[in-house]
Amino acid sequence: MKIFATYNIKGGVGKTTAAVNLAYLSAADGYRTLLWDLDPQGAASFLFRIKPRVKGGGKALIRGTKTLDDAIKGTDFDNLDLLPADFTYRNLDLILGSTDKKPTRRIAQLLRPLAAEYDHVFLDCPPSISLVSENVMHAADVLLVPLIPTTLSVRTLDQLTEFVAGFNGHRPEVRAFFSMVDRRKKLHQEITRDLTAERAGVAVTPIPSLSLIERMSVERAPVIAFAPRSVAARAYRDLWSEVNPDKPDK
Amino acid sequence: MITPGLRGFVLDAADGDDAAQDPLPAVLSALAQAFAVAAEPGAPGSGTHRRTWLDTFDWRLYRAGLMLEFEQARRGGRLLLSKADGTPQAEQPVTRWPRRPGLAEDLPAGPVRDRIAALTSPRALLPIVRAVSSVSVTRLLNADGKTVARLLADQLTVTSAPPGITGDTTAVLPLRLAIAEVRGYPGQARKAASVLAGVPGVSHASQGVFTAALTALGRHPASYTSGVEAEITAAMPASVAVARLLLRLLDTLELNVDGVLRDIDTEFLHDLRVAVRRTRSAIKLLGGVLPADLADHYKTEFKWLGDLTTPTRDLDVHLLGFGAMTGQLVAASPADLEPLRAFLVRRRAREVRRLAAALRGPRFRAITDDWRKALLEIRDAPGGPGRRRREPTAAELARRTTERTFRRIAAQGAAITQDSPPQSLHDLRKRAKELRYLLEFFAPLHDPVAYRKVVGDLKQLQDCLGEFQDSEVQRAEIHDLADAMLAEHAAPAATLLAMGEIAANLAHSQAQARADFVARFARFAGPAGRERVRVLLEGRP
Repeated sequence: MKIFATYNIKGGVGKTTAAVNLAYLSAADGYRTLLWDLDPQGAASFLFRIKPRVKGGGKALIRGTKTLDDAIKGTDFDNLDLLPADFTYRNLDLILGSTDKKPTRRIAQLLRPLAAEYDHVFLDCPPSISLVSENVMHAADVLLVPLIPTTLSVRTLDQLTEFVAGFNGHRPEVRAFFSMVDRRKKLHQEITRDLTAERAGVAVTPIPSLSLIERMSVERAPVIAFAPRSVAARAYRDLWSEVNPDKPDK
Repeated sequence: MITPGLRGFVLDAADGDDAAQDPLPAVLSALAQAFAVAAEPGAPGSGTHRRTWLDTFDWRLYRAGLMLEFEQARRGGRLLLSKADGTPQAEQPVTRWPRRPGLAEDLPAGPVRDRIAALTSPRALLPIVRAVSSVSVTRLLNADGKTVARLLADQLTVTSAPPGITGDTTAVLPLRLAIAEVRGYPGQARKAASVLAGVPGVSHASQGVFTAALTALGRHPASYTSGVEAEITAAMPASVAVARLLLRLLDTLELNVDGVLRDIDTEFLHDLRVAVRRTRSAIKLLGGVLPADLADHYKTEFKWLGDLTTPTRDLDVHLLGFGAMTGQLVAASPADLEPLRAFLVRRRAREVRRLAAALRGPRFRAITDDWRKALLEIRDAPGGPGRRRREPTAAELARRTTERTFRRIAAQGAAITQDSPPQSLHDLRKRAKELRYLLEFFAPLHDPVAYRKVVGDLKQLQDCLGEFQDSEVQRAEIHDLADAMLAEHAAPAATLLAMGEIAANLAHSQAQARADFVARFARFAGPAGRERVRVLLEGRP
């Protein structure tokens, strides 16, 4: 089981749309895929038309009185399941903090029993630096970091890379990609070009800023499902083959 | 996504006047009261699927409560083994199989082969039913437009395979419907199932597809047995009972001809030969109640048929036992015997061609056609020509012949000493076989418990005599084969040495069997054995 997580300290940078579309592509490749919507706003759940509700809330899941397995819902797409968001996830930090042992490793531990059932897990992480995001970083094999091409966001990437490098033992691979890229802006073009050339771990494929991607919230589906031949769909496909170079074996 | 929690139904379109119409719209409009419905073309599981159910000619899988299904895919396919109730047992992918009936041992290694090889060997897996199913999938949506369950409608056309065995060759099954649960929405699937159950003409599917297909095609599973099981009664005139018995044996013989001609597996010929041997024994021991010229004529004809099949069967026995034979080698290596195997295979191919030509010829056709006609006349014409005025009943005939044969065995066996020639044991084996056949012929007239006891003792004796004679015959054959291979320059020295070792092992088995004979015979024909036979024939005092 390989765990991908979309993470950025900032909100509105295309984390959820990336998680939804990449999870969809993973499932379409034949990988048994689970997407965990960890964001209390429940955007990913909304996009799959699934109610953002977990019986017993985040507390039951984190404390283990309810298994993740019981809360999982099938999406409309083959091989793709979703663990919905819940409004109580806003207190996830507190709940994680009150667990007895290894509060930063709890999510990794909860995911372990799902290894037989899923090939890929995507964690859609809420924006912040918190115990939740630290848990996600410890659990993930690949940390997918959407970057808006600005100087500040490059600094954020540096900080994140440094933070992860300080982990003992398991360290996720940090894969950044440019998101919401506006080709008309000169600065966007420059930063995209320079950084992909200069730094390892930055994907070549940018995700452009497109109204079709925003339209996902109207269609309530991954963009590849309702506009499979669009520029947006192609961008996510290219990004997916960059971050998952393994060919599906099924 | 679609598999968990399938709830199965059938829609019988024969209800009412709408038989000719497509029944699916009525189902969809009922579901539309509770859900939004949307067709899902290209959904997993939708489209056309081809499946073939396989079993041996004598239904070994069915009898063991198993079903074997070959699911054809664009390239290759997979074999699925399940219990009769559909519980999955094993599956494995296969490519280019089965093009023609094949042995389970010839499958690539995998869990299905592991489960069924011992059970089916040495019989081939034959297609029993082929099905083409056309599946359409409909999504059932909640108010958010989320798929919460799916309706699968499966229109199946089934074909008896190989075609023309019995009954109709093709049938269209009633539309099969299923509600597939979407993970996390069990309540919605239950709701959809209960809506479906309320639609007129819809009922819960009580049979699996295979069983439904067999019923629709008029196929009777497990209908073939190599046993006798003739429909006879104690009070029946003896000639009628014997005619029924011989007709039943003729049926078995004829059922196996096609498999022999197509050389599907070795057991077709084996069963055919057993039917011939039984027929010959019945003519010899019971033929007195048939018209004399009829019995005489067919005695000759069935001897011809039996002899015709012997060379192929002998080679089959060698080849079937080849693995066990090489396993016994101590000094020689199994590879030394490969030239022998190749030689046997070549010879067998030649013999099978010769046998098939004879089975397609006029003499064989005359035997089966005329013999049947004559037997039917005897069976259906009580008091007709050729029947004696006062003839014994079946029960009287059974008792007289069984008693006489048993006495003869007791006397012959008692006369055998350590110094008796092997031929005396061979003769006794023939008598024992005749008694076994008589017991089987008249089994419906006997008390089952008494029958099992006598047959149990007899079987022990037969096994011992069989081991003794087979060892000797095979040893002689090994010598003959060695001569033949030398004549054809097909025998390396290592092969001849290995064959010598095999011959020595056979001599050892034969000596062992001879040593066991005294005890086995005493058990069968001693006072206790005699009492068991008396109880069988006369009932308890």
